[in-house]
Amino acid sequence: MNEALTAETVMMKAHDGAEVEAYLARPDGVESFGSVVVIHHLPGYDSATKEITRKFAAHGYAALMPNLYHRDSPGASPDDAAAAARAKGGVPDEQVVGDAGGAAAYLRGLPGSNGKVGVIGYCSGGRQSFLVACSLQFDAAVDCYGGAVVHVPEGAPASMKPLIGMSENLSCPLLGLFGADDQFPTPAETAELSRTLDTFAKPHEFHTFNGAGHAFFSVDRPSYRVEAAVEGWDKIWAFFGQHLAAGE
Amino acid sequence: MCTYSTEHVPATGSGKGADGWFRLSEVSVYFDHPAHALADHTLNLDFINPAKGPSARVAVELTAQTARDLAKAIETALAAAPPGLA
Repeated sequence: MNEALTAETVMMKAHDGAEVEAYLARPDGVESFGSVVVIHHLPGYDSATKEITRKFAAHGYAALMPNLYHRDSPGASPDDAAAAARAKGGVPDEQVVGDAGGAAAYLRGLPGSNGKVGVIGYCSGGRQSFLVACSLQFDAAVDCYGGAVVHVPEGAPASMKPLIGMSENLSCPLLGLFGADDQFPTPAETAELSRTLDTFAKPHEFHTFNGAGHAFFSVDRPSYRVEAAVEGWDKIWAFFGQHLAAGE
Repeated sequence: MCTYSTEHVPATGSGKGADGWFRLSEVSVYFDHPAHALADHTLNLDFINPAKGPSARVAVELTAQTARDLAKAIETALAAAPPGLA
């Protein structure tokens, strides 16, 4: 693996046929690759999540992150777009599913795609990764500390529903990466989700890191926890390596 | 965590954003991840006018203590105004 890559902004067909902006990173010099849909966190289509998208390409995967806020805020800075989306009550779940499905189709259509596509999301995107994997066919899914899967926090928009009832429909193996000190989701909630997935014989692998809370992967935030993040990335490479069959 | 909870305050006044002054129509108030402040969570104020687009925004991210101090200071300043003005 030489970590060479190409990254660019593209337009992709999304929910309801809309054209939305997305950030694409592809490995260079790799004949066949698996792909990953990256779902950004609530603060939006930002530089930190673009960096994560490029990281997948450096490890041999094509990765595409749709801008979930593009419809309402084309051309706006990520933080302004995130604020506008929040003021409107957030992005509806059905739009997230449609956008992720559009991103997966885009990735499958890339020359060199091996046809396998995973999905990963962080924070609110972790919840949405589970949502998408329970709604569409994927080959692997990663939920990084997604809250509101088992219980929806007080004050959330009325449209936001818990997702645990969708567990029976999970379409692929799930990797869950959580912090022991996180309150959303709590370790008790992720344990409940694990039990529910066991009930339906859904393959999953959950890791809860001591000394870490929410957003421990975020290198530009005080919540960053280097030990959990490094180990977490190793779990991700092993998991996607197994299920997406990408060259390392 | 992403708190999701947001208070919406209808606003009359003006704010100065990246493109200069504009009329405000609303303030969003929420305690959640900041975009820039070095804290896990902050009290965030978005002074906005959605009719003018997402960039018509004055954003402030305050630690919880600063936010509480500010709330008290606002009440103090209003109480100190001459009768009939505020």
